[in-house]
Amino acid sequence: MLLANLPALQVVIPLVSAPLCLLLRNPRHAWAWSSLVSAAVLAVAVMLAHRVYTEGTISYAIGAWATPWGIEYRIDMAGAMMVLIIAAISAVVMPYARRSILHEIEYKKIALFYTCYLLCLTGLLGIIVTGDTFNLFVFLEISSLSSYVLISLGSTRRALTAAFQYLVMGTIGATFILIGVGLLYMMTGTLNMVDIAERLPAVTDTRTIRVAFAFVTVGVSIKLALFPLHIWLPNAYTFAPSVVSAFMAATATKAGVYVLLRFFFTVFGSQFSFAAMHVSEIFMLLAIAAILVASLVAVFENNVKRMLAYSSVAQIGYTILGISLASAAGVSASMIQLFNHAMIKGALFLALGCVFLRLGSVTLKDMHGLARHMPWTMAAFVAGGLSLIGVPLTAGFISKWYLISAALTAGYWPLAVLVLISSLLALVYIWRVVEAAYFNVPGASMDKIKEAPASMLIPVWLLIGVNLYVGIDANLVVSMAQQAADALIGQVLQ
Amino acid sequence: MTAISLIPPGLPLVLGALLLPLCTARLRALLVLGLPLLVLALVWQLPAGAVLSIDFLGHELAPLSDSKLARLFATVFAIMAFAGGLFGLNHMRVAELSAAMISAGSAIGIAFAGDLVTLLVFWEALALASTLLVWSTRTPQSRDAGLRYLVLHLFGGVLLLAGIIGQVAATGSVAFTAMALDSPAQWLILAGFLINAGAPPLSAWLPDAYPEASPGGMVALSAFTTKAAVFVLLTGFPGADILIAFGLYMVFYGIVYALLENDMRRILAYSIINQVGFMIVGIGIGTEMALNGAAAHAFTHIIYKALLLMSAGSVLYMTGKRKCTDLGGLFQSMPLTAICGIIGALAISSFPLTSGFISKSMISQSAADQHLTFVWFMLVAASAGVFLHAGIKFPWFVFFQKDSGLRPPDPPLNMRLGMILFAFLCIALGAWPAPLYNLLPYPVDYAPYTYAHVISMLQLLLFSGLAFFIMLPYLKRTLTITLDWDWFYRRLLPRAACPLVRALDAWQRRCSIDTLRHISHFLGALFLYHGPQGVLARTWATGSMVLWVVILLGIYLLAYYF
Repeated sequence: MLLANLPALQVVIPLVSAPLCLLLRNPRHAWAWSSLVSAAVLAVAVMLAHRVYTEGTISYAIGAWATPWGIEYRIDMAGAMMVLIIAAISAVVMPYARRSILHEIEYKKIALFYTCYLLCLTGLLGIIVTGDTFNLFVFLEISSLSSYVLISLGSTRRALTAAFQYLVMGTIGATFILIGVGLLYMMTGTLNMVDIAERLPAVTDTRTIRVAFAFVTVGVSIKLALFPLHIWLPNAYTFAPSVVSAFMAATATKAGVYVLLRFFFTVFGSQFSFAAMHVSEIFMLLAIAAILVASLVAVFENNVKRMLAYSSVAQIGYTILGISLASAAGVSASMIQLFNHAMIKGALFLALGCVFLRLGSVTLKDMHGLARHMPWTMAAFVAGGLSLIGVPLTAGFISKWYLISAALTAGYWPLAVLVLISSLLALVYIWRVVEAAYFNVPGASMDKIKEAPASMLIPVWLLIGVNLYVGIDANLVVSMAQQAADALIGQVLQ
Repeated sequence: MTAISLIPPGLPLVLGALLLPLCTARLRALLVLGLPLLVLALVWQLPAGAVLSIDFLGHELAPLSDSKLARLFATVFAIMAFAGGLFGLNHMRVAELSAAMISAGSAIGIAFAGDLVTLLVFWEALALASTLLVWSTRTPQSRDAGLRYLVLHLFGGVLLLAGIIGQVAATGSVAFTAMALDSPAQWLILAGFLINAGAPPLSAWLPDAYPEASPGGMVALSAFTTKAAVFVLLTGFPGADILIAFGLYMVFYGIVYALLENDMRRILAYSIINQVGFMIVGIGIGTEMALNGAAAHAFTHIIYKALLLMSAGSVLYMTGKRKCTDLGGLFQSMPLTAICGIIGALAISSFPLTSGFISKSMISQSAADQHLTFVWFMLVAASAGVFLHAGIKFPWFVFFQKDSGLRPPDPPLNMRLGMILFAFLCIALGAWPAPLYNLLPYPVDYAPYTYAHVISMLQLLLFSGLAFFIMLPYLKRTLTITLDWDWFYRRLLPRAACPLVRALDAWQRRCSIDTLRHISHFLGALFLYHGPQGVLARTWATGSMVLWVVILLGIYLLAYYF
C-alpha cells in the first residue's frame, strides 16, 4: 500500500506538512517538524530510487484516473536521480538551518520561513515526478512563488529588490512555459507528456509547434539561468539567507535543467529538438559564453557569495554544454554534473553561511586571516573549491572528465580546451578566497571570532565527504547518470 | 600473503604522514624513521612483475605495477625519506615532516604507477606537498616563492592532464607505457614531465623555490620532484632525440648560473638542474647503457646531492647565514660537516671511488659508443664545469677561503648521523658498484675502474681544479643577485595583474611597446566588462533583462524558421 503510493507520497508529505509548520509558530518546533519531514522525504526518495533502479520506470495514476485523462506521475531513472538530489540536499540543509536561520531571520518570521521552505521543496519534487505538462507548470509556480518569499527574507533590504526582480523574471519564464504548453494542447489536445509525444509527429511541421518550442525553451532558460537570462540569479543568491542560497543553488536550477531535458527529449523528441530546431548550436554558443563570462566575472568579484553565484552560472553552462552535444554521452555527462555540482555548491554555500554567522560579512577583505579562527569551515571551503576546480579524487574531476570525453567523442576538441581554461579561472577565484583566509594577516576585530557550531559544520563536511567519495568511487553516480540518459533518450526512439 | 604483498608501497608513507600531527614527539620519531624502512620491506617483498589493477570509470587502473626501474627508484626514494627524516627530526616543523613524507610517498607512488591516472594523482600530490615544504619557513620570501612554485606546477599539471585525456581519447587505454611522440597529446605529456624536471625555459622555479625551504626541507625537496620526472621520462620517452638538446641546455645552464651565484644553497639548486641534465641526455640517447646510466645517476645523485644539502643546511642551521660572502673558514669548528660536504662534492664531481664516478661515466661512455661526438665532448666539458661550481666552489667558499670569524660547532647528533650515513653510501657505492649495477633495468656490461677511465677523469679534475685557483679572483663572489628567466613571471606578471589597469597603463607609458599595450587593453576591457561595476556583473534594470528575453525569443524563432 505504502510502497505503491510512493510517487504521490513524495509530493504529498511536504505539501501537507507545510501549513502545519505555520500553525506551530514556535521556531524550534517548526524547525524540528521540517527536519522530520525532510528526513521522511529523503526516505521516500531513496525507496523510490531503489524501485526505479531495480524495476524500471514507474507510472502512477493520481486518484486512479487512467492516464491520458488523469494526472500521471512518471518517474524514470533521470527523475529518480533528481528526486534523490533534491531530497538529500534538503535533509542535509535542515539540521544546519536552525542556527543559521535564528541568526539571519527575524524571530517572528521563522515559522513562515519553514512553511515556505517546505512548499518550495514540494514544488521542486513535484516538477520532477509529474508526467503532465500543466501539472508541471503548477509545481513550477509553487516552487517559484515560495522561493521569492524565501529570498526576500534575506537580512538586508536589497533582498527585497532581488526577490522582486526574480519574481518578474520568474513570472515571465513561467508564463512562457504556460504559453508553450497551451500551444501544445491546442495542437494535440492532451497535456500528458507521453501522450503529447505520441501525437506530436502528425503535427510537427506546423508553425504553432515551433513557436511552442521557442516559448518553452526561452521560458525554461530563464528558470535555469542560462546566459544571458541569468541576471536575476547573482542578486537572488547573494542577498538570500545562507540556507536558501545553498538550497536553491543545489536544487532549483537543477530542476530547471530537468524540465528542459523532459521537454527536449520526452515531449518534443530529440529528432525534432536537435535536428529540426538547431537547438544544439544556440545552446553550445550560450553555454560557452556562460562559462567564460561568468567565470571571468567571478574572478573579479569581491563578495564571495556573489562569486559563487556567478560560478553557478558558469557551472550551469557546463550542464547545458553536455546537453548541446545531443549524445547519450553528453546527456549523461550533464546528469553527472547536475549531481556533483549540487554537492559542490551546496557545500560551498553552507561553508560560507558558517562564515556569515560568525563574521556577519562574506567580502574578501573582511575574511583576512579567517582560517586561523575558523579552521574547519575554511578547510571545508578549500576542499569544496578543489572539487569545483576539478582536482583529481574529487567529484568535480569526475564530471569534467565525462564532459571532456563526451566533447572529444563528438569531435569538439576546442570544447575540451575551453573546459580546461575555465578550470584555471575557477582556480583563480577560489585562490583569491584561500589567499585572503590563509595568507593575509587578520585584523584586530578578528580576535573574538570562533569556529562555527557543530550542528552547522557536520552538514558541510557531510557534503564534502560525498564529494571525496564520488571522486574515489564514482560507479554508482555514473551508472545512475548513464541509465538516466538512456531513459531520457530511449523514450524517444521507441 | 598476496593481500599483504600487493599494498602500493607509497601508501603507508602518505597515510602515516597524516597521522604525524596527532602523535607525541617520541612516536613521531618512530614513524618518521620506521615507515621508510617498512616501505623498503614492502618494495622488496613484491613478487616480480606484480600488478594490482582496479576498475575506475571503465578504465583499468594499476596503482601498483612492478618493474626493475620502479624498484630502483622506490628504493632510493625510501632511503632518502629515512635519511631526510633523520636529518630533519630536530628542526623541521610537524607539518613539514608530514609534507616531506607525503612527497616521498607520492614519488614512490609515481614510480609504481602503471597507468596515467594514478600517475597524475601522485603527481599533483607531490606538487602540493612540495609547496607546503617551501612554505614551511613562513617567511615572506618563502610565501611568494612557494606561490610561484605552486602556480607553475599546477600549470604543468594542467598540461599533463590535457595530454593524458588526449592520449586516452586517442588510444582508449590509460596504460603508462613508452610513447613515440607522434600526437599533440604526447607532446603535452612530455611538456608536463619536463616542467617538473626543471627543463628550459621554465627551469627557474627550482633555484627560486628550493633555497627558501628549511635546511631539512630543501634536502627533501631536492630528491623527489626532479627525480620522479626523470623516472617518468625514462619510462615514457626513452630515446626521444629532443631530450638530448634539452639535457645539454640544462647541463650548461646549471653550470653558468651556479658559477655566478652567491647563495650556497642556490648554487646547489642550480647544480640539481645541471645533474638532471646529464640524466636527460642519457634518456635521450636511449641505448640500454645510456638508460642504465641515467637510472644509476639518478640513484647516486639523490644521495650525494642530499649529502651536499645536508652539509650546507647544517651550516645554515648553525650560523643562520646563506651567502658565500658571509661564510668561510668553518672547517676549523665544523670538521665533520666539512668532511661530509667534501665527500659529497667529490661524488658530484665523479671522483674515482665515489658514487658519481660509477654512474655519470656510463652516460658519457654511451654517447661515445653511439658516435655522438658532439654530445660526448659537451658532457666531458660539463664534467669539468661540475667540478668547478659544485666540487670546489661550494666547499672552498664555505669551509675554507678567508676566515669569517664564525666558530659554530657541528650540528646536533641526528643531523650528524644523517650526513654520516649518506657519506658512507657515497663511498660504498663508489667502491663497490656491483650491488647498484644489479638493480639497474638492463644487464650491465660496463667496468668503471679501467686505467683509461680513472686516468682521464683524474686529469680532467686536476686541470679544472687548477683553473679554479688560477681564476679565483674572478670567481670571488660579490653580493649580487642573478637574473634568470623567472624575471618574466616574478616581475613582469605581477605588474600586469596586481593593480591591474593602472599598473599596466604606467608600464605602457614607460616603454610603449605595442604588445604590452594590447595586453593592457585586453585586461582593461576584461575588467571593464567583468569587474564588479562592469556591464556583465552589475545589477541590471528589470526592463533590460526583459528586453533580453524578447531578443532571445526572437533569435529562437528566427533560427527555427530557417
